[in-house]
Amino acid sequence: MSILSEHVSSFTPRWRRFKDRLATVSVTAGGASVLGAILLIFFYLLYEVLPLFGSADVEPRAEVASPFASAPLYLAVEEQTEIGFAVFSNSSGSFFQLDSGEVLLTSDMASELGAVTAVAEESPAKRMIALAHESGAVSLYAHEYRLSYPDGNRVITPRIERSYPALDLRVANAPVTQLAVGETDDALVLISLNAVGVLQAQRFNRSENFMTGEVSFDAELLTLPPLAGETAAFHVDEDLRWLYHIDTKGGFTVINLRQRDAMGKLEVASRGELFDRGGQLSESAMLLGGISLLVASDRGELVQYFMVRDGEGGHHLQRVREFDTDGIVITTLLPEHRRKGFLALGRQGEVQVYHTTAHRRLLSESALPLGGGAAAISPRADALLLVDSDGSLRSWHIDNEHPDISWSALWTEVWYESYDEPEYVWQSSASDNDFEPKYSFAPLAFGTLKAAFYTMMIAAPLAICGAIYTAYFMAPALRRKIKPMIELMEALPTVILGFLAGLWLAPLIEDKLTAVITLMLALPFGVILFAFLWSRLPRAIRSWVPEGWHAAVLIPVVIFIGYASFASNDVLELLLFNGDMRNWITSELGISFDQRNALVVGIAMGMAVIPTIFSISEDAIFSVPKHLSYGSLALGATPWQTLVGVVIPTASPGIFSGLMIGLGRAVGETMIVLMATGNTPIIDINIFEGMRTLSANIAVEVPEAEVDSTHYRVLFLAAFVLFMFTFMVNTVAELVRQRLRIKYGSL
Amino acid sequence: MNKMIDEQELHNDQAPGVKAWLRSGDPLIWLNGAAVSVCVIAVVGLLLLLAVRGLSHFWPADVLAVTVSYQGQSRELLGEVVEEVEVSGGQLREAGFELQGSGPFFQRTLLKQGNRDFLGTDFTWLIDEQFGARRFPADLLVVERLEWGNFYGYLRGVNRLGEAPITVAEQGEATTLAALQTLIADTVAVREEIDHIEQGAIGTINYDLERLRLRERGLELEGRLDALAQAELASERAELELRFRELQDQLYVLYDSIKDHSYSAELADGRVVTLPIAKVVRAYQPNAMNVPAKMAMYGKRLWEFLSQPPREANTEGGIFPAMFGTVLMVILMSIIVTPFGVVAAVYLREYASQGFVTRTIRVAVNNLAGVPSIVYGVFGLGFFVYFVGGELDQLFFPASLPRPTFGTPGLMWASLTLALLTLPVVIVATEEGLARIPSTVREGSLALGATRAETLWRVVLPMASPAMMTGLILAVARAAGEVAPLMLVGVVKLAPTLPLDANYPYLHLDQKFMHLGFHIYDVGFQSPNVEAARPLVYATAFLLVVIIALLNLTAVSLRNRLRERYKSLEH
Repeated sequence: MSILSEHVSSFTPRWRRFKDRLATVSVTAGGASVLGAILLIFFYLLYEVLPLFGSADVEPRAEVASPFASAPLYLAVEEQTEIGFAVFSNSSGSFFQLDSGEVLLTSDMASELGAVTAVAEESPAKRMIALAHESGAVSLYAHEYRLSYPDGNRVITPRIERSYPALDLRVANAPVTQLAVGETDDALVLISLNAVGVLQAQRFNRSENFMTGEVSFDAELLTLPPLAGETAAFHVDEDLRWLYHIDTKGGFTVINLRQRDAMGKLEVASRGELFDRGGQLSESAMLLGGISLLVASDRGELVQYFMVRDGEGGHHLQRVREFDTDGIVITTLLPEHRRKGFLALGRQGEVQVYHTTAHRRLLSESALPLGGGAAAISPRADALLLVDSDGSLRSWHIDNEHPDISWSALWTEVWYESYDEPEYVWQSSASDNDFEPKYSFAPLAFGTLKAAFYTMMIAAPLAICGAIYTAYFMAPALRRKIKPMIELMEALPTVILGFLAGLWLAPLIEDKLTAVITLMLALPFGVILFAFLWSRLPRAIRSWVPEGWHAAVLIPVVIFIGYASFASNDVLELLLFNGDMRNWITSELGISFDQRNALVVGIAMGMAVIPTIFSISEDAIFSVPKHLSYGSLALGATPWQTLVGVVIPTASPGIFSGLMIGLGRAVGETMIVLMATGNTPIIDINIFEGMRTLSANIAVEVPEAEVDSTHYRVLFLAAFVLFMFTFMVNTVAELVRQRLRIKYGSL
Repeated sequence: MNKMIDEQELHNDQAPGVKAWLRSGDPLIWLNGAAVSVCVIAVVGLLLLLAVRGLSHFWPADVLAVTVSYQGQSRELLGEVVEEVEVSGGQLREAGFELQGSGPFFQRTLLKQGNRDFLGTDFTWLIDEQFGARRFPADLLVVERLEWGNFYGYLRGVNRLGEAPITVAEQGEATTLAALQTLIADTVAVREEIDHIEQGAIGTINYDLERLRLRERGLELEGRLDALAQAELASERAELELRFRELQDQLYVLYDSIKDHSYSAELADGRVVTLPIAKVVRAYQPNAMNVPAKMAMYGKRLWEFLSQPPREANTEGGIFPAMFGTVLMVILMSIIVTPFGVVAAVYLREYASQGFVTRTIRVAVNNLAGVPSIVYGVFGLGFFVYFVGGELDQLFFPASLPRPTFGTPGLMWASLTLALLTLPVVIVATEEGLARIPSTVREGSLALGATRAETLWRVVLPMASPAMMTGLILAVARAAGEVAPLMLVGVVKLAPTLPLDANYPYLHLDQKFMHLGFHIYDVGFQSPNVEAARPLVYATAFLLVVIIALLNLTAVSLRNRLRERYKSLEH
């Protein structure tokens, strides 16, 4: 009964039709899911990469009445952008809530020394400032913030602390109008300009008493060389080596603080004009790290300079890059605290966001209601704070996640700080915040192509010649054994090839370089010589070996040539290269030699690529319709002429397609290059040096990159580049193959 | 006609001049043939290299005792000869060696002298001309240890806690050695018991404690952590902690019972040292062993390699967890990839009309096959781990946050990533199988009134099943050898526990795991003692090659059987 009912139900036409339709729908969905998978990879990679190229955004955050009577001389924001800090001319410093304007704490800042006339910041990261008082004395303070979590809520406790309290840092006898300060572990340098126009540089050298551990400072007046023009601005670099002096006419003088001439005066290292289009200085600032000087003119020029070593051992101030301002006159420059970017505020309330390394303007917004007053950028560069002289306190959100990437940063030569010339460099991380990340894809792309090139140099001839022979000349019985054998190589895990290349082949090649080169040269000649001798053998002997078994006959020959090459290695080295070819290459030819080099990669990766190219080319040659070659042979052509004149031209699209797919594999291969090269990102075609490829770079750096950071996204971009490259190569190859299939079908 | 052939043969026999011979294209044919020979030699040579190096590691080699004299000083050395090379004299002199001989080349020997705890380095390069007579003393003892690598020396005594010491001088060598072996066997048994408690019982308690903590946190998040629940949790915790302490006491007793056993031995330089038995894996005298004994030892060491976890930063011991992880990952991957691959192939071959859409899908399949594996790794890390995994954690595992459960690389994501990577392999193989099924079979089924779905389910798929198996096997072979993407999505150098154990839910999809391929990379390139690790890497590589070659050969033979079957159908 139950069997019957089951039969009935399964034979209900409706139920069957439904099942059929269900199957159709689900199978179609399954087919489409393949397309979906590749699209998902494409779009996901794109989704991770796109934020790199987005521009910045500024949004108003809060606007309240300023709790202060006057505009501050100095303004700063703390890390969490909750609390601001302002210093006023009446020798007081106030911490206040950013969004409400509520004053949290007001501290006295050495008011016994008189009113504050000028403030200088040492570096944003140290949060140390120097205050010049009316009396000509200087006091130094640091503003600090302590985080605590009572009841799970974040509480920030701000405070100021005086540094060098016991020092008499009297720098002038008249009120100071401008001040610059620099600090290292063993010295403090203060540069001041007083109301009378006198510029003075002083160094306070730290010395520590070994017995008591007491620290004392010896003041030293540095004699400045004569300076032309009236002082407009001056800056000290982070190492306290250079003093940049800019006059009101736009001229600059760089003074070396460590070198004196015969008269005991400091030496001038470089002099010149800052602006190509003339005009006066409107604003200047040191970029993060204290190496680059940013200057803006009243004619809308905005330029980055830094000191570069020139040929004669001297230094000069190099104009590195100019930024596009659309003619806006910049009045305030706010360098970021963690990146090589900065904010530029214009005279009419324009806000522009730049990044120096990427040479990029991320934002240009006009008509923000900026008045005259003090401005500050938060340490994470996510907030802008302004305290106006008109009595308002305004703040903005800045959304600027990834300013450091641009087309030029990735693919063109970039002049990095402390480099003598523009270069392609990949150096993604370092220990400190001042580091300028160097994201040039050029060395990685070069390394990828170099590895692929040497791979193809080795794989292409072997694979294609092998395919031609196997498909066209080889005896069918042998072919049935040889083909699967070579194709089995494709299944060999690349990690094994890489490990053998790195730990076995690389030392072997280093040790027996002569033999390897001898082998490469001797092999073709040896084989031809053997073939010639073979053709001279009596027919009786030759007929032992049936037609199409050349390859089998050659195996002992090849092994013998290999053995002979390695056996003669030591003797040849002794005769030709003083016993050691590797040494000879480095010392005589001046070519550097790495143990894990492109030759090793070429051979190892060749092994991985040969089966791919071989298999596809062999199929293409083998499936050339037989009547074509028969026709050619019937017309009197030799087998070789038939091959060259008929078979290969017909099969060439297939061979091309095999080469393309092999190239795609070589470009994307990771483990072999990771293990068989030194992974140094250099641009050098030398076969005896290593490289770093895009894929190996991803494998090395992704596990260490912070999620969603610029570095992380750049690595996704590298993956995207690889994806697109192989996508194009594979699509071309597949289309060629599909056309070939149709062509064979019609023949 | 006949005449022409004769003429040609005559021509051949007379052998044309060199120029004519060169022009005939013959040399080029030979060169093409040579390319095939080179490829074949490369494949075979590579496999032989792996086999020889990988398998020779387990052979208990004879240990050399030799007096090395250099610049008037001489010292005694013991060790296994690892490698012998010829170096030019010039190179050696440049490196600062004083050479006696005058020949251009000198033999150098790499000696594994072991005893890292006494000598600092366990490998040393020596120049053969400094060697005195080579001796292979029968009483030379090799001790494999848990720490500090191998020990080489002469047994002097055995000291079992609470019993009178047995020394070679008094009781004779045979008795002492027998006592040593019994003591080692006893200690190993105790150590196994300790392992059992630590891995089994204590592991379970720790796991339960962690689950209790998660339950508490979960209740807290839901706001249901009242006094009652707290009391219940506390009592459960107290119970677990009590059991934990009991086991710990048991462990202390076991540890104490073996920690004071020791053996004393004489080093090459005459020093007599006393070492703990607790750290010994096994001891043997290779120079005194005959071939059958050595073969037995070979088998033991091979079995240890296959069945034991690694020790000493992966440079010694076995690779069982790596094998286990590889297999488990591959099984999970197969479960995911097979249905998708088969359905896609069925669509391409049976359902879609051959036109633009199928062409596009074929291009997509080929592209999936061509995308570099590292790109899959990056995609898996970004999409599966951080995106999907992060969401899953938010939804289902809020209690353990901020520590991620699925939002971190692990077994499941590795399997998924590799399933995506091997999808085209399954599709291509299945499609080929479907294409080989004669259309008459389908037409017959349809003519009898079956629907398309029924034809597919009852006729086509069963016939294509060997093709699917082939595809699956090829996919497994590919997945077993793939390393680059796994480095990003879940493989680690040393996983403390297996991803499959006795703790609920038994299969831990979120755990990281070990993998043979990554093991090769890690031990070969990241290991602090590459020289010591090298033989093990060769052995691991050989094992991996064997597994993959077997899988591939199975696939090939399945494919051939399939072809035969349809040939008979066509007639």
